[in-house]
Amino acid sequence: MLGYYIGLAARSVRRNVGPTCVMVAAVGVGVGAAMTLTTALRALSANPIPAKSSQLFSVRVDNWGPDAPNNARFSDLVSYTDAIALAGAQRATRQTAMYATQFSVTPAGGDANPFQVTARVTDRDFFQMFDAPFSAGGSWTDSDDRNRADVVVLGVRLAQRLYPTGNAVGRSVMLGEHGYRIVGVLKPWRFQPRVYDLSVGIFQETEDVFLPLSTAVARQIPSFGEIYCGHAVGTVFTDMLSSECRWLQLWVELPSAAAVSSYRRFLDNYAAEQRRIGRFSWPANVSLLDVADTQRAEHMVPNEIRVSTVAAFGFLVVCLVNATGLMLATLNRRAGEFSIRRAVGASKGQIFSQCLAEASVVGIGGGVLGLVLTGLGVAFERLILREDYARIVRLDPDAVFLTLALATISVAVAALYPAWNASRLQPAWKLKAE
Amino acid sequence: MLKMIHLSKVYRTEVVETYALRDFSIHVKEGEFVAVTGPSGSGKTTFLTIAGLLEEFTGGQYQLDGADVHGLNDNQRSRLRNQKIGFIFQSFNLIPDLNVFDNVDVPLRYRRLPGAERRKRINESLERVGLSARAKHYPAELSGGQQQRVAIARALAGGPRLLLADEPTGNLDSQMARSVMQLLEELHRDGATIVMVTHDPELAARAQREVHIVDGQVVDLAAQTRLVETAPPRPAL
Repeated sequence: MLGYYIGLAARSVRRNVGPTCVMVAAVGVGVGAAMTLTTALRALSANPIPAKSSQLFSVRVDNWGPDAPNNARFSDLVSYTDAIALAGAQRATRQTAMYATQFSVTPAGGDANPFQVTARVTDRDFFQMFDAPFSAGGSWTDSDDRNRADVVVLGVRLAQRLYPTGNAVGRSVMLGEHGYRIVGVLKPWRFQPRVYDLSVGIFQETEDVFLPLSTAVARQIPSFGEIYCGHAVGTVFTDMLSSECRWLQLWVELPSAAAVSSYRRFLDNYAAEQRRIGRFSWPANVSLLDVADTQRAEHMVPNEIRVSTVAAFGFLVVCLVNATGLMLATLNRRAGEFSIRRAVGASKGQIFSQCLAEASVVGIGGGVLGLVLTGLGVAFERLILREDYARIVRLDPDAVFLTLALATISVAVAALYPAWNASRLQPAWKLKAE
Repeated sequence: MLKMIHLSKVYRTEVVETYALRDFSIHVKEGEFVAVTGPSGSGKTTFLTIAGLLEEFTGGQYQLDGADVHGLNDNQRSRLRNQKIGFIFQSFNLIPDLNVFDNVDVPLRYRRLPGAERRKRINESLERVGLSARAKHYPAELSGGQQQRVAIARALAGGPRLLLADEPTGNLDSQMARSVMQLLEELHRDGATIVMVTHDPELAARAQREVHIVDGQVVDLAAQTRLVETAPPRPAL
């Protein structure tokens, strides 16, 4: 019967070109508007590591006290003192203290000009914690961490730029004035939003260079991320190490609820100890936020996008109400045909199915138009949004599927009442009236 | 074939109950050609729509081809209608967007017959009504008589046990009406059971039997006639 219904749907479209085009336009414009905003919302609120989202925690320790200004604003950062003490305690399955920096890279050979790269100062656990995939080599060793070895892991872009023809592992790279041995090269790695560091653009690409925290501290490599002290601090790097300035991120991996509880107790005890020794003068204020909590707490998605998305879905509803009205009018005009079909043996269900099949043509048309409009809408967003936002907003295969699914569901919802109404016609009354 | 016993049909509103059929009993045997007559509003068409399972009745019994139809759900009624009943309407009721072939095909589609079987039945039906050459025409391209023949072909295509005709010549001129009536008579001679609603006494007379309805009840026409003939003359005013 499906083939028969599709044939009837094609006839119906030919017979009602005008109303069909209006219905397709209503559905397409509504779906296009809703999906344009949804695509942006999805990109900005995506969980970068869903499989481990509830196992990775940002550690937060209040080392300023409740009365300090901007205490909440910089709560994702910890002081060097706390970062080293907590990471060094090794109480989590994995842990990493880190900060962002930059380097000037001098290519070997001397012909090419130096260029800037982004870098992350971190611990060896970082790669496993955030599922950074290696194409060659691997992370540096514990021994490298302890000995402040001049070792680095490169991102694939930089490795290919420096060594386009061969394996970069085992070779060296000049970062600033120092040479570093390359121990690993990552595969292309997309981790967005980059929740592990909220202090620099969270929608930027992952870094080009990764090097040990111990090495960076020994070489006094400055942070290029946010540093907040709340009071004057000298610009000397060593002063930063002993200050209460917050400038590092501290993340831990806790694979079970028991491990989380245990780590919480550890943090409470740590804060209590700091109070006991006179460093903190307030009750313990520590917290663990997993990836999803971090995204929520930091309001990564601008409220304008959320509000616009809700408005766009409201607009879709208005479009669907219009499409429903048109369908109702179109089907009511064919009451005679449905009565005849009922008289010769069609059940209510078969009339209902026929009407839904006819609506599916509108759904397909609306889906295609919605897809085109979503593509145009996303292109427009990329023009007007901030650069780091614009980079991640795209019409990927998931968005294409969602657009078509939304169109299908929308039309199914819009067609339900008109189809139900057509199937409930009393054929006797209509045929008597004829 | 068709048996209604003390059947009633009541249309209810908040303030009034209207009996369209009341204590209505009729028995149509297989192979019979019965004409149902009566004045406008007497309940003829209501009887036909109930007989054709297009409408439910309020009380009484209705047996179609030996089966009690009371309590059947919509699917069962639709299937019964599709397999056992052929409708012929006064205003033809063809689907204007379908050509003759596809109009005749409509009931067969709901029976889910294979394509070859459907084509065979459609061609046979159109041949039976003399419209094989018009299979690709649309209803608007046919005369009223031809449209009614298409409607008859559609009714015949499913091989129904019962043909229900509602004023089948009501919208036709006398020549076309005669030809359609001849076709119905031929079908009857070939064994079809036909119930025809009409207000035309001439057509009714060509049926085997006439059932007269007044105010939703079957009236014994012969007895009424006798009463009129034997009644004393009215006194002069």
